[in-house]
Amino acid sequence: MTDLERTAVVALRDAAKHFGPVKALNGVSLSVAPGECLGLVGHNGAGKSTLVNLVNGSFAPSSGEVTFPGGPEGVRSVFQELSLCPNLTVAENLSIAHSGLKGRGWRRPARAEILASLDTVFPDHDIDPDAEVDQLTIAERQMVEIAIGFAPRGGSAKLVILDEPTSSLDEGIARQLLSHVRAFCAAGGAVIFISHMLGEVFAVASRIVVLKDGKVVADRPAQDFSRQGLVDAMGHVAAEGTQSTITRIAHGEVVIRAEGLEARRGEVVGLSGLAGHGQAAALARLYLAQTSDWRAGRGARAVFVAGDRPRDGVLPLWSILRNISISVLGRDGKGGFVNTAAERSLAEEWKQRIGIRTNDLTNPILSLSGGNQQKVLFARALASDAEIIVMDDPMRGVDVGTKQDVYAIIRAEAAKGRTFLWYSTETEEVCQCDRVFVFRDSQISAELTGDQITEDRILEASFEMMEAS
Amino acid sequence: MTMKPWVWAWTAAALAFAATVLLTSGRGAGELAYAALSFGAFAAIVGLGQMLVITLGPGNVDLSIPACMTLAGTLALKAMGTTDGTAFLGLAVALATGLAMGCANFVLIWLLRLPPIIATLAASLIYQSLAIWSNRGLRIKPPEGLADFSTGRFIGVPNLAWIALGLAILVWLLLERTIWGRWLLASGQNARAARLAGIPVQAVRAATYLSVAVFAALAGYLLASFSGGAALNMGAEYLLMSIAVVVIGGSSIAGGNSNVPGVIGAALFMFLVVSMLNSYGAGAGIKSVLTGTIIIAIVIAASTRRSRQ
Repeated sequence: MTDLERTAVVALRDAAKHFGPVKALNGVSLSVAPGECLGLVGHNGAGKSTLVNLVNGSFAPSSGEVTFPGGPEGVRSVFQELSLCPNLTVAENLSIAHSGLKGRGWRRPARAEILASLDTVFPDHDIDPDAEVDQLTIAERQMVEIAIGFAPRGGSAKLVILDEPTSSLDEGIARQLLSHVRAFCAAGGAVIFISHMLGEVFAVASRIVVLKDGKVVADRPAQDFSRQGLVDAMGHVAAEGTQSTITRIAHGEVVIRAEGLEARRGEVVGLSGLAGHGQAAALARLYLAQTSDWRAGRGARAVFVAGDRPRDGVLPLWSILRNISISVLGRDGKGGFVNTAAERSLAEEWKQRIGIRTNDLTNPILSLSGGNQQKVLFARALASDAEIIVMDDPMRGVDVGTKQDVYAIIRAEAAKGRTFLWYSTETEEVCQCDRVFVFRDSQISAELTGDQITEDRILEASFEMMEAS
Repeated sequence: MTMKPWVWAWTAAALAFAATVLLTSGRGAGELAYAALSFGAFAAIVGLGQMLVITLGPGNVDLSIPACMTLAGTLALKAMGTTDGTAFLGLAVALATGLAMGCANFVLIWLLRLPPIIATLAASLIYQSLAIWSNRGLRIKPPEGLADFSTGRFIGVPNLAWIALGLAILVWLLLERTIWGRWLLASGQNARAARLAGIPVQAVRAATYLSVAVFAALAGYLLASFSGGAALNMGAEYLLMSIAVVVIGGSSIAGGNSNVPGVIGAALFMFLVVSMLNSYGAGAGIKSVLTGTIIIAIVIAASTRRSRQ
């Protein structure tokens, strides 16, 4: 054991994790020291989530070892798949993670503790500790989960693992989190920070580890990486920013006008604003009004790409194949029967086009990593003939390379005359749209087109009322 | 996948059969098989219907099956009135009754938003009362030809068993090969995700609640013909039976997953267990306790096996 490992919060030595023939993690050695913020990057399926599960003890390594020189207490993880109990209140959720809260009158200290933690990480949040979690927006749930991760819980947090913590947060809240992470590390805490948003990784990480196919391919101080160098280390071919020169073409007739939104044929329409200001609800209402509870219709006008995968998208008992084909069975089938040959070739085609990482499409959908499940949902929607594609923040947990691929597919499909309605919490994505509606308090506060679509204008429209009041 | 869940139901049925035949040292095996196939057929038919409903997901179950059987059997026999050559008229009356009851059940669930357990249980009181009112306790015999058919055999196997087998194949095809089957399985896994994937979830539910009532009506019609007339309590034992065969057969009670061969095996098993206990001379109380224990044991065995996969 080296000196570095002795002082480390956690040290992995040649740790590997295999699931049957799948080598999710293939011999990884690294250690995290107090005061360090380790940025962990890699494509979907590179082994990031598996590494996290080894560190927090969910999995035992298949070989190698994971040691905690100072003991395993104080290691916390915050997951990208939200893991709160939706039927309990915020304070009750804290008490699940905090075994010290028991006996009579545990609620009062629980409320105080979670509120204190929320105030520390997200000043001027307005989350009620007595609110039930399913009444919160997805961004608020994520904030609660992060606050529980940093809460003292009878000791103190020594290592907090943040797995895609900002994917459902808007920019302002994300900035608060990043500055808290910096303060936490400056006070001697350690953080493992996983994100596909490289800007954030550079903003907080003191050291960056790049994972690829279950192995560490680079492990250096953050300042030794350039943005392009990091993308190259992750091993994606397409350079970032190649598609940023979008030619804005004239669009066809209006194909849909609902919920105050308007979209034309071949147009990519963005929905923006702070997270949880009614964008997702408006899109869901719009989609449900376009389709029927009773008739499937050979060519449905609209399809939906879910961002909240477990709630809105994934059919968990099924294979990848069946999850891809469910929306087009009526189109490809004959006489009410499923056309299995067409189903398989369609799924194979989309597996190639969108790069779903699996060697067998009959594997269960849940065997895929989160980002790859998202690709399946994209494939499901894009494989249909629907002219309107409704996307509810669909890029959460998707890696940089895949995002570029999906942007390109969206552009190509829009050029063929399909219309996209795209809610995103990332301003960078919204800026690629042809027309943007900014939401504030469940109402449209601005409609921007062409050159008006800039980050400043969007932020301005998101906050206007708050400044005025 | 190491072992299919339906293997358990079939193994248990085979063991119960062997245990019974062993006691009588081989005599009566033929009769036992005939009885098991005939009575098992009723349980299989209602079980297939119940399986479709349970596949719809948590909270979905049809508790009106016994009343559906009674009302359909009663009205069918009344329409036939022991006149020869009216078998198809009776069948049509039974199936139409089933359709009507299925519609009524679904309307309660859909328009009044009642939980299916409450809706079907409440509706079954009405169906049962209608059955009492319609024939005032008179027992009408089925036409002779129909009675002969329902107790007869074809290639040594009871006609009823052929009917159940045919329906089982139909349901299996529906679930495994058709678009409707896919829609049903998807709705059962996650109704919201299914709806957002473009599946007409309400239509799927409606069709399922209609199917279960029609299956129950068919079973009622056949049972009344088989046992020489409709009795008011003839469906009573099929409430627990319909649910038990689904669970023992390895379908998921949480929905989205169904198992046709398992239902057939479990239907045979349920009858064989009772006749095994009969032939060992167990009293009524002991019989109920042992039947319950055996059901629990096999469900545990099957589910632990599955969770290890």
